This record gives sequence, structure tokens and C-alpha cells, in this order.
Amino acid sequence: MAPLLEIRDLHASVGDTPILKGINLAINVGEIHAIMGPNGSGKSTMSYVLAGRDGYEVTGGDILMNGVSMLEMESDERARAGMFLAFQYPVELPGVGGMSFLRAAVNARRIEAGEDEVDQLEFVKLVRAKAKNLSINDDMLKRAVNVGFSGGEKKRYEILQMALLEPVLSVLDETDSGLDVDALKIVSDGVNLLRDPARSMLVITHYQRLLNHIVPDYVHILAGGKIRRTGGKELALEVEESGYVGIDDAA
Amino acid sequence: MVATQETIDTLEEVTGKYKYGFVTDIESDKAPKGLNEDIIRFISAKKDEPQWMLDWRLKAFATWQKMETPDWAKLDIEPIDYQDIHYYAAPKSSEGPESLDEVDPELLKTYAKLGIPLDEQKILAGVVAVDAVFDSVSVATTFRGELAKVGVIFCPISEAIRDYPDLVKKYIGSVVPVADNYFSALNSAVFTDGSFVYIPKGVRCPMELSTYFRINEANTGQFERTLIIAEDEAYVSYLEGCTAPQRDENQLHAAVVELVAMDDAEIKYSTVQNWYPGDENGLGGIYNFVTKRGACRGDRSKISWTQVETGSAITWKYPSCILQGKDSVGEFYSVALTNNLQQADTGTKMIHIGEGSRSTIISKGISAGRSQNCYRGLVRIQPGAENARNFTQCDSLLVGDKCGAHTVPYIVSRNPSAKIEHEATTSRISEDQLFYCQQRGISTEDSVSLIVNGFCKEVMKELPMEFAVEAQKLIGISLEGSVG
Repeated sequence: MAPLLEIRDLHASVGDTPILKGINLAINVGEIHAIMGPNGSGKSTMSYVLAGRDGYEVTGGDILMNGVSMLEMESDERARAGMFLAFQYPVELPGVGGMSFLRAAVNARRIEAGEDEVDQLEFVKLVRAKAKNLSINDDMLKRAVNVGFSGGEKKRYEILQMALLEPVLSVLDETDSGLDVDALKIVSDGVNLLRDPARSMLVITHYQRLLNHIVPDYVHILAGGKIRRTGGKELALEVEESGYVGIDDAA
Repeated sequence: MVATQETIDTLEEVTGKYKYGFVTDIESDKAPKGLNEDIIRFISAKKDEPQWMLDWRLKAFATWQKMETPDWAKLDIEPIDYQDIHYYAAPKSSEGPESLDEVDPELLKTYAKLGIPLDEQKILAGVVAVDAVFDSVSVATTFRGELAKVGVIFCPISEAIRDYPDLVKKYIGSVVPVADNYFSALNSAVFTDGSFVYIPKGVRCPMELSTYFRINEANTGQFERTLIIAEDEAYVSYLEGCTAPQRDENQLHAAVVELVAMDDAEIKYSTVQNWYPGDENGLGGIYNFVTKRGACRGDRSKISWTQVETGSAITWKYPSCILQGKDSVGEFYSVALTNNLQQADTGTKMIHIGEGSRSTIISKGISAGRSQNCYRGLVRIQPGAENARNFTQCDSLLVGDKCGAHTVPYIVSRNPSAKIEHEATTSRISEDQLFYCQQRGISTEDSVSLIVNGFCKEVMKELPMEFAVEAQKLIGISLEGSVG
């Protein structure tokens, strides 16, 4: 069986600057992989390239989901195919009501799958139930998307969307950044609830502490646009001890 | 809510282009092209008008002939040949129908396509009374019996001229004088139909009143005239919608709307304007030159304009309030969206005369394609308007990099106690916002529509429910092809 996500010798540039310089990675169904790396190693670029953001140009290699190349797919098509990106800096959408936004996202998938749109009342109930797990109250759901949310609220709102959209592959980009200990626990618990043998995750982080909560099957160290080392969860602890210094040499 | 569903269905049926671009094949009774005293006599005779009305029209025509087309707006307008227009066109079989049964079935089908709930049974569910104006004639005014019970008059203005001459004489031209501007003079000379509403003292109109305007015939101008009077403590909410078939030539629409609110009266006037905007290359489309003005004559009276302007090749429109009454209130909520080669120069005037008068202006301009979108507004505080207040917020949103947004606010204060606030922003749909929505699986076009509707929310929430849903869809449809 083909891996859920397969990245083959991926090269990508932003403008004229090459950032990713030959990434190879395979994630099987049900696995959680973590990518760690120093600032500027290409972690966020990798998440945007996977999601198909404009301006992030693939200059070589391929990205396959269930054996099918995604390079020609627009970002909304990739999303409907089951890829979800939890943003490091979620974007404010002034005036766009939270409920209508969530409904639009869920309906976009359903329409593509040839299903009916969600029943409005049922949907509100569903959102409330999932929001409760993430300590998101009704007031937050009524506000415009991410507008006036604290850093922690924004991250919880990302995980709420992930819970509603039920992606087969979730990419979590520095979901721990800007979170205090309590918020980190709420977010991690929310993510762990979504662990499922049918779903995979790619957790991008700078710090090991997130991986105490969301325990990965594999850890990869990204530096200088390449994966330098791959190991089990203990690799994260090693990095915590000795830092990223010397990683480049290990390649 | 039936109305809403019908409207949505109609909108959803259709795909990319202008959704209302069909022509209904109905035998039409037209005046010959051109404008002269005889044509005005023809219109007046067709309407079976009294002599005083004809005299008023002829005087207006003489005034118009001495006037010149205004050129102060930020609009690039091809010269209009006023002799190349039909000033009267009526669907032949529909003169004076008594009930819906007598209305030409073809017409009813047209309205069904437009999603207008003309069927009274359906209207019952939507609680909307409709006066539909097709080219130059009011085709059917629903619910008149129901309204008459509470003393509300809602009828075509041509009928009001015959049946309520004293009311019409007293108020017509009292808010927008004939010589106010070039197009008001033209309208006064040749107006063909429109709605008349009278709400007696102390009556709260039990349902939303609605007019649907449609230009169907080629080379036809539409010149409707609407007059709404709310006596002391009266309330009415009035909605108007407009569409026109897709045609290669430009068509002229020059309407005049006058509102009068007496002591403690309130008039809420909402418009969703979706005249044919022309094609991607600017071919065809309606020239929309409209004068709308409300007089808050009574103390504590209130007039509120809400408009969603997505159509027309050219929009020239400044719904205004004259705040004469003590503590009177004027409001203007506007969304003006231009795409392709559309041009809009729109805004409001708030004239504060009464002590303690207050006004609010919220304007949202969206420019896409190669369009030009201009907000032009005047806030004037007269010397007697002690403690007058105004708050203005003008926001512009740019979609793409070939369009223009302009803001031209005039503020004149002649009373030192006045408080006037003006806020303005210009922004662009950010790539971050688009990517965020798309990453959630929402298509580019739906993402743009979501973001733009969010930008307009403060105005949209002022629209009655029946219109809000249609207006949201319209915003999306009007922006199609503007991104990517």
C-alpha cells in the first residue's frame, strides 16, 4: 500500500531563494511524525508547500497523497482531498461569522463528495459539542473568525476546525508557539482526541515540550532545507539536551 | 421566507454571467422614440392624468431643456442621445389588471424567473406586499386590500395621481424640486410609473412593502417616481429591487424617490440594485442616475437608507436626508460594488437643520476588475442645528490592482456645538486571508465572496431578511472572475 503522504526529493523556492533542498519523507496511515528544526530551517515553508500556497514554488521532486501527485492541485482542492494545515499565525477575517465560515468549509467538502449540505441546526449542535472539548464558548463561536482572539484562542480554534473537517492528513505548524502550559494542554488534548488509525499527522515544532503531549511515532530533524536525522521520540529529547548544534554534520 | 428560497434557487440555477439577462417576449405598447411636448402629452394621456399633472410635466420639460448634464462626478460617460430613447413602453395586455388572474402569464413567468413572490399565497408566507414595475407600468400591486384595512395606501403612483390628487399635489416635488438637477427635471417631465405609499398617523405598516423594477424593452428608458409619506408616529419599511435584460446598448434609468417623515415617524428604505452592468469589456449596461432624498420634517423623525449597489454600468446616486425636525435622525448604509468596467459615484448628503439632529453614514465600497468606485458625501451643519452629530465611516476594499477607489467627503459645519467624526480606510483582500479560506477547502471565488461579505457586514445586517440573503449571493456573483 502506498504511504498516505510521500515526499520525494522535494525542492522548493520562495522568490529566487531555494529553501527546501531535497526532502524525502513517507508517512503511513495512522502515523504521527514530528519535524523539528532550528529557526530558518524551512519548517514553515514545508507546511506551505504541502498546502499549495501561492508563491511557494516547487522546483523539483513530488508530493504524493495516496500515490497521486498533488503538485497540480490548488490549495482548496488539496484541502478537500483531506489535507489540513493548522496555521502558526491564524488569519483574522473581519466580519466573517465563525459559524458561517465553519459551515462553508464543511459544505465545500460535502458538495464535492456529492452529499447534501449540513442541516443548520444539527451543525450548530455538532460545533458546540466539539467546541466544548476545546474550552471554546458560544461567545467565541459568534465572533468573526479569529478577530480579537488571544493567541491561545486562535490555536484552539484551529483545532476545532480540524475536528470538524476530519482530515486524513493534518499538518500542525508550530501549534505550541505562544501557548502557556494550560493552553498547551487543552490544545494537545484536543489533538490527541483526533488520533485515529485512519488519520495521520505531521507536527512541526521548534521545542520538544509539545511532543510530551502529542507523542510522535517518528521524529525528523530539518536543517538547511534537508532532513538530517530521523529517529523515534527519543531523538526529540536528545535535541532538547544538546540543541541543534552539530546536526548538519550528522547528515 | 418563501421569497428568499425562490430567489436563491433562481440565482443558483444560473452559472457565470449576469443572471437576469433574459428578455420576456410580450407585445409591448411603445411611444415613438424621442422627447418633445407631444411625447409628454402622450404619456400623460396614457396615464389618464388630470390637467394639473400634465402642466407640471410640461413645466419640468421646459426647465430641463435649459439645464446641462452635470459633469462633476468621477464618471466617464458617453454622451446620451435623449432623442434615441423610448420614453414609454407598456406590456400590452396588462393595463389596469384587477387581480393576478388578469396579469399576462408570460409576465408572471418572468417574475418567477426573477424570484419575485407575486403569488399572493406565497407572499403570505413572506409577509411582503409587492408593486412590480415592468418598463413603464405597474403590473400588479399585491396585498392592497389587507393594507387598506389599516388605512395604508400602497399603489402605483399613476393611480395615486387620479385617486389621491390632494396628497400627490401636496408632496410631489416638495423634497426633490423639479429643478434640483438635470435628471430630476427629466424624470419630472417623463416619469411613467412608480409607487405611492401613504401611512396614516399612528399606523405601523403591518408588512414590508416592496417594489420590483425591471426594464424589459430595448431602447427604453425607465423613469420611475416614488413618493412615501409617513404621518406622525407612522412606520414603514420599504424595499426595492431592480434588474434588466442583457443588451449591448446602454439604457437609461433616471428615478426620483421622495420620502417625507413627520413627527416621530420612521421610514426605512432598502434597495438592492442589480441593473445589467455591461459585459467584461464595458459593452452595454444601465446608466443609473437616481435622485433619492428624504425629509425628516417632524421632530424625532427618522429616515434610514440602506443600499446594495452591484449593477449598472454607471451609478450616480446620493440618497440623502434633510434633518429639519428637532432630534431627527438620518442614516445611510451603503455597499457599492463595481467589477469589470463599471463606474460608481455614490454617497449621501446629510443636511442638519434641526436642533439635536443626528446622522450616521456607513459606506463600504468594493472595486474589482478595472472599475472605478467613488464615495462622495456631504455633511452640512446649518447654524440652527445646535448639538448636531454625525458619524461617518468610509471603507474601501480593492480586489486586484487595476481598479480604483476614491473618497470625496465634504464637511461643512456652521455651528460650533456640532460633533462630526469621519473615519476612512482603504484595504485590499490579503493573500493571507484568501489562502486561509482556501486551505479550509473553500474555492477561490467563494473565499472572495466570504471575505467581501464580511467587509460589508455592518451594512448587510441593516437589510430586511428577505433581501439580506439575496444581497449576499449577489455580492458573490458580481465578483465572479475578479480573482485568479
